[in-house]
Amino acid sequence: MEFITPILIVGIIGLLAGIILAVASIVMAGPKDEKAEALEEILPGANCGACGYSGCSGYAAAMSQGEAQPGLCSPGGPAVAKKCAEVLGAGETDKLVYDGIEGCSAAILLAGGSSSCLFGCMGLGDCVKACDYGAVEVCNGVAKIDPALCKACGKCVAACPKGLISLAPVKKQAVVRCHNCDKGKAVMDVCKVGCISCTKCVKTCPQGAIAMENGCAAVDPQKCTGCGLCVESCPRHVITMLEA
Amino acid sequence: MDGQTLKTLIAIFLAAILTENYVLNKFLGICPFLGVSKKLDTAFGMSCAVTVVMVIATAVTWPLYTYLLVPQGLGYLQTIVFILVIAALVQLLETVLRKYMPPLYSALGIYLPLITTNCAVLGVTMLVLEKGAADPSFGYLQSLVNSFGSGIGFLVAMILFAGVRERLEDCDIPETFQGLPITLVAASLVAVSFLGFNGLVDRLM
Repeated sequence: MEFITPILIVGIIGLLAGIILAVASIVMAGPKDEKAEALEEILPGANCGACGYSGCSGYAAAMSQGEAQPGLCSPGGPAVAKKCAEVLGAGETDKLVYDGIEGCSAAILLAGGSSSCLFGCMGLGDCVKACDYGAVEVCNGVAKIDPALCKACGKCVAACPKGLISLAPVKKQAVVRCHNCDKGKAVMDVCKVGCISCTKCVKTCPQGAIAMENGCAAVDPQKCTGCGLCVESCPRHVITMLEA
Repeated sequence: MDGQTLKTLIAIFLAAILTENYVLNKFLGICPFLGVSKKLDTAFGMSCAVTVVMVIATAVTWPLYTYLLVPQGLGYLQTIVFILVIAALVQLLETVLRKYMPPLYSALGIYLPLITTNCAVLGVTMLVLEKGAADPSFGYLQSLVNSFGSGIGFLVAMILFAGVRERLEDCDIPETFQGLPITLVAASLVAVSFLGFNGLVDRLM
């Protein structure tokens, strides 16, 4: 019967520790961050650190503080990113909830899509279906093209009902990620990263490669040298560099 | 406390940092060493958490082992009991910090759960007992100083390595070596450089 004592000792220590922890968590319940807890529920909980934070709880806290963007979680992928964005209220500016046939060409028939911005990607993936090479994927609700896989066949260009995709030469260049034709005030109301036609980039570009077209900046890829000055000048972070 | 004891304590402290460094000499706690050393400030936060946990864990497990397990002849249970106690202790520490010291919690808190079952922490608590068994004058106080030194040693290793890694970021590394391979090579070189401290503390004694 000599095995009883060790079992008892380990059991009692475990029980004591459990009771102390349980009491402590009730007595010392701190202010809870409900948003962070909801986000942590969504995250896979693998604590892999791929997001650059110490673990899922760290990433959830950073997201709830507004320090981190949803979509850094690579094990979770787009599904988790979408759920996180919903918790964070990224979709709050949507003017309606679209619940119809999955697909951009269907959604656009209803008041031009669910988003308050008439010109933005709806992320429903008509371009993904159109691509024969698997070069397009929807990432954080926006279609993204992998230049390494793209064969420039132009099928996605034709598939996008909003005309957001265009073919460009593969070289280091500045790209305007916004296509809205609205006035600055209307953009400010619904979008944090929309072009407000301030024309700072037009004035900054030493090559004269940027012009305003229908109230939105547009880069001429032929003239762009990829110096990146416009990226720094843009107050709305609309322009990004495309690496060749 | 007489001069000789103080001198021994200082020697123990320095030995724990330099010649018996848990990361670079004993190769324990490599996971946070590689995982959290990308940025200097996170490395610092993690090391502080490790230091705190090492000292507190030793403070609790030492009497538990000496006054409960050994008299019952249950020394062989130390691994399982220590893991249990350390895990509970860290959780408790986290709760207390969150309630009473929110700034410290936000600095350390997120690293605390990561080190509940870290092998460096468990290693410290078990190796001080081994030392105590080999040398009767190595008591409770010496164990605490040793574990504090081990924590500081972890901090030194982390800070050094975070510095190395921040420099590596700017280097033109061959494609096959990018990421973990070059990090491991760099880690081994830092470990080799720590061999230079061998024998240093023996002279101090």
